[in-house]
Amino acid sequence: MKKLVMGFVLLNFLAACASDAPPVAEETAAVEEVAPVVEVAPEEAPAAMAEPTPAAAVMVDPLNDANSLLAKRSVFYPFDADSVPSGDKAIIQAHAQYLADNPGRSVRVEGNADERGSSEYNLALGQRRANGVRKMLVLGGAKASQVEAVSFGEEKPRATGHDESAWSQNRRTDIVYRN
Amino acid sequence: MQRVLVWRSWVFFILMSVTSASHAILSIEIIGSGENQIPITVVPFTGDAKLVKDVSAIVTADLQRSGLFKLIDAAGKSPKELHEINYADWVGIDNLVIGSVHELANDRIEVRVRLLDMTKKKELLAQAVSARKDQMRAISHRVSDLIYEKLTGDAGVFGTRIAYINRQGKDNRLVVADSDGYGEQAVLSINEPIMSPAWSPDGSHLAYVTFELGHAVVYVQSLYTNQRIVLANFSGSNSSPAWSPDGKHLAVVLTRDGGSQIYLVRPNGTEFRRLTFGGAIDTEPNFSPDGQHLLFASDRGGSVQIYRLSVDGGAAERLTFEGGSNFSPRYSPDGKSFVFSHHSGGRFYVAVQDFDSRQMQLLTEGGWEKKPSFSPNGKLVLYSSEAKSRGILATVSSDGRVKQRMFPQSGDIREPTWGPFLRK
Repeated sequence: MKKLVMGFVLLNFLAACASDAPPVAEETAAVEEVAPVVEVAPEEAPAAMAEPTPAAAVMVDPLNDANSLLAKRSVFYPFDADSVPSGDKAIIQAHAQYLADNPGRSVRVEGNADERGSSEYNLALGQRRANGVRKMLVLGGAKASQVEAVSFGEEKPRATGHDESAWSQNRRTDIVYRN
Repeated sequence: MQRVLVWRSWVFFILMSVTSASHAILSIEIIGSGENQIPITVVPFTGDAKLVKDVSAIVTADLQRSGLFKLIDAAGKSPKELHEINYADWVGIDNLVIGSVHELANDRIEVRVRLLDMTKKKELLAQAVSARKDQMRAISHRVSDLIYEKLTGDAGVFGTRIAYINRQGKDNRLVVADSDGYGEQAVLSINEPIMSPAWSPDGSHLAYVTFELGHAVVYVQSLYTNQRIVLANFSGSNSSPAWSPDGKHLAVVLTRDGGSQIYLVRPNGTEFRRLTFGGAIDTEPNFSPDGQHLLFASDRGGSVQIYRLSVDGGAAERLTFEGGSNFSPRYSPDGKSFVFSHHSGGRFYVAVQDFDSRQMQLLTEGGWEKKPSFSPNGKLVLYSSEAKSRGILATVSSDGRVKQRMFPQSGDIREPTWGPFLRK
């Protein structure tokens, strides 16, 4: 039993390392939530994996699967643009589906902008980006109450520097799971 | 939508009564000079040795910093009283300042100053200013203001204050300082970003934005009591506060109805009235001195440009048309022009535009020059700039001739804004 839990914990940490995702706190919360489910599973034997069960009861929470689209938590934009590039729409759709399947989960969508504008304009641009992703999530099946959209404008840059390599990293919306 | 406190931040409110000389902006560079500098000699003040040195130094530095005066050495002469002055000894000196500093009872000091026109052999100014001993800098700035006003005809701003953000990593401090960068006092110190400080017209309050609640929220804080209220905390981003000249309203930008739009609100956070409509980003509102209009930045026409709107509503008028984009408009105190941040060719400039002529004039050479604001006498423009990879303060005279750069001791400076004249 303990071995199973440890194995599961290790798997989750591996998944956390592999994904380009949010701070450790988020992943730790996910691990804590799923562990109790693992205690139940052994009673049903490995066959449980084959059953069409809700995502939360499956051994690996798809949110922590390094190979799934859900591992991608950020979309990036060209300069001054705020619509999700077509190549990234599948990522948003995957999260929308996950939220639809897991009504207990909620996310905060955080919009960011590069520094080329005033701080207030960049705050507004980040909000427009976040609002766009929220709209897509809701259209894709999430409930409005599951999605909060905020902006950090240029105030919390992922990369600093007056060059495109920094700017392109900051023109970004992040999907952050709160629980 | 549920407001969840995601990050815990530690907030320290520091009492305003403590002046911290160690947190000064130490390095000030001045470039350029006024068209016709006024020659002036400041004889070292007499009186209590320690006080005298400070008062003389501050007055001299103030006049020097304005770029409008040519400071000429007293060449060893040190008359103490009017009757000691022999005009024949001062050939070639146009204006002479002599003064003395006296300690009074109850920890007060008095500074007596005389300004003499040596060519006309006339006394232009004879005044005494007194205050508490710990307000020595304020008294000195008052002396500078008196001299400046007498010789230029304009009100002096040496005694006014500025506010700005100092950021070091995650540490953000909202700071109020004298216009020369001394006497820094932290109004707020948190480990979340702070944005958009805005002075109330009487200098008693600052509105500002922080991310302590996980998203942008507008606060109004008293500089006397340090108490603050939440002005706007709707879903999304609440930002960009600006006070009306009568202090009865603020304009703010809210996203509660979708996109970033401008609303009016009472200083106690009640009675919201929406002013702009549409799907564009409308932000950075700024009231005209008569309170009848607002300038703001909007991308309703595609690129970000500056528009003007009547507070009674109606259509907005576009004001900027030069290539590039334009942000952060601020009216001049006389309402005849506005200063703004112009972005083109990959650089940010400080620019000024006259309402009548509609001509844009660049005041700076271009770089990361943002968030300009006029001094309350309309003669100087304060803005944020960058030098040696650091965020610094800078000023430029409204005619573009005199430039100053002020380097902080540590951290990066953001979003400066010039405070009002302080009423006596």
